[in-house]
Amino acid sequence: MSPSRILAGRALVWFAALVLFLMLIVQALHEFERISFGFETWRPVLYAYVFWAIAIGVAQVLVRGEQGKRTLFVLPAVLFVVSMVVFPVLFGLYISFTDWNLSSLTGRKFNGLDNFRQMLSDPFYWNALKNMVYYVLAISVEYAIAFGLALLLNAQIRARKFFRVVFLLPLMLSPVAVSWMVGKSMMEIRFGPLANLARFLGWESPSFFGTPEIARLAIMLMDAWTFIPFMMIMILAGLQALPKEILEAAKVDGAKPWQSFWQVTFPLMLPVSITAIVIRIIFKLKLADVIINVTSGGPGGATDSVTSFIFREYRDRSNVGYGTLLAMVYLVLIIIFITTLMSVVKRWMRRPY
Amino acid sequence: MSEQATQIFRDAEPDLAYRAKWYTSRMLIYGALVFWSLVCLFPIYWTVTTSFKIAPDVMQGHLIPWVDFVPQWRGWRSLGLSPETIFETSTVREEFLKRFSNSAVTMVSASMLAVIVGSLAAYGLSRFSYRFGFMKNSDISFFFLSQLILPPVVLALPFLVLYKELDLLDSRIGIILLYTLMVLPIVIWIMRDQFSAIPVELEEAALVDGLSIWGAFFQIVLPIALPGMVAAFILSAVLCWNEYFFAALLTSTDAKTLPVMVASQTGSQGINWWSMAALSAAAIAPLLIIGIVLERYIIKGMATGAVK
Repeated sequence: MSPSRILAGRALVWFAALVLFLMLIVQALHEFERISFGFETWRPVLYAYVFWAIAIGVAQVLVRGEQGKRTLFVLPAVLFVVSMVVFPVLFGLYISFTDWNLSSLTGRKFNGLDNFRQMLSDPFYWNALKNMVYYVLAISVEYAIAFGLALLLNAQIRARKFFRVVFLLPLMLSPVAVSWMVGKSMMEIRFGPLANLARFLGWESPSFFGTPEIARLAIMLMDAWTFIPFMMIMILAGLQALPKEILEAAKVDGAKPWQSFWQVTFPLMLPVSITAIVIRIIFKLKLADVIINVTSGGPGGATDSVTSFIFREYRDRSNVGYGTLLAMVYLVLIIIFITTLMSVVKRWMRRPY
Repeated sequence: MSEQATQIFRDAEPDLAYRAKWYTSRMLIYGALVFWSLVCLFPIYWTVTTSFKIAPDVMQGHLIPWVDFVPQWRGWRSLGLSPETIFETSTVREEFLKRFSNSAVTMVSASMLAVIVGSLAAYGLSRFSYRFGFMKNSDISFFFLSQLILPPVVLALPFLVLYKELDLLDSRIGIILLYTLMVLPIVIWIMRDQFSAIPVELEEAALVDGLSIWGAFFQIVLPIALPGMVAAFILSAVLCWNEYFFAALLTSTDAKTLPVMVASQTGSQGINWWSMAALSAAAIAPLLIIGIVLERYIIKGMATGAVK
């Protein structure tokens, strides 16, 4: 590594950083109307940032040679995620302590913990959090169904490929389309096929979104319908990877199918099951599309998820400051929940059998 | 030997009982399979048939074409996609095609970007050891995967404000960047698995033969890992095509994607059954085709992590 090469690398990074810094300053001054010179938007600053990022990559190779070429593999992803996540989250943290309504003319102003106090006394947010608990608990039923379907597909059957494709199809459909197809047309009270079926089974007035409990159940059903295939595929992959000898040994020892499932298959499938359930929980915590499109949280917030609630907080009231605080609190709750879950699972899995 | 030879007829008492049991279990298994197939297929069937119905057919709950009702092009005509309107100018069709191409462009670019950036990172993480400050390989991997937990709602409002300042609101580039971020953890997860299944000796041999690290990656590793990359690409594409939340918040006229269009139609002017059904059918058709044709890649991608 020649000294001039290292010097060139360092110079490049510092030059790019200087350009970025100067543009930031100019644009900030322009924004606060100290100087007239500047750009219409912040877009050029973004270009300067990209230039700086590329300069870092080039400098890695110039300065560190072979090791730099290795760093170049992860560097784009790291820079991309850091700039797309860390920066917006920090910015969001700042917004969440401001009183900022996009439709009001006053602009943003710092209001400390007022948003937080408002949240503590907001029954709809707590209600939405409570609903999330129900939605997450519904995963246990989804898991049982998914396991059953995976066992079916793993049995000695004909046309396995056909059934696998058919069972996978709901996962392909967008939640928005599902919310129309199932929620708005099939569950339509007057002539939707599901309503007709319910009437045939003896339910007098099958209104799926009339009472809170049934509305929540309907949302759960639609979400389950789309995502059961996901867990099913993971469990099926696990089942197919099970060593055949163990099951045969159980059979030779005279275990009935029921026994061999509970004593052999199920315990062996635990790691896969837990992976599937954890991923499913993570996806479930983002649940919003179906709710926004079918019930928009109604009746009386009974079906609201946190995401759909915040979505409406912004859409209907343009309340950016408060909405962001709610989202931040939700993020903290999620992180606490998932870490606890993971550590419990880890401890529990280490338990010797 | 003689035992087996004498037993030609399998109609002794225990044999019959066994066969009856076998048949019942078969019946149960196929019954359950057929039932769940109906559950999966009926909504799709309902949507497609409804797009060919006229108002009375919908009201009376007719289900089977040509038996219950006569299929008409009503729904597709309102989209401008029926045989007699397809060559005429139609503003609805233009709107639909614009949304469709927006969705297609964002889907393909975001998935491509995520697969390229994600594969590189996954390869690096599975082969070399890094130190960025206190972060080692496992920390960097965890950092990437932990993005999966981040709910979109946390990013949505800050991005709304940032994109407005950056003039990226309602632009395809803005949406593409966000979707890339959304699918990147999944791509890295799948690809890390793929790369660690490839023996290191292959690249060591290539390095001895005089290839550089990047040369070895492109010429030796990439061709082997291609099926995995396709799986990651398809899975990302499905997620991007179906994404609604960011698109609803961050796009309005130019970059609006298909799910947003479908969603916006449901609210206005009551529900126009046949045209909604036609629109929904057209919106889900590409993914149904992908699901049927490329099923094994989707399963391969999702099975990552289930088998260790």
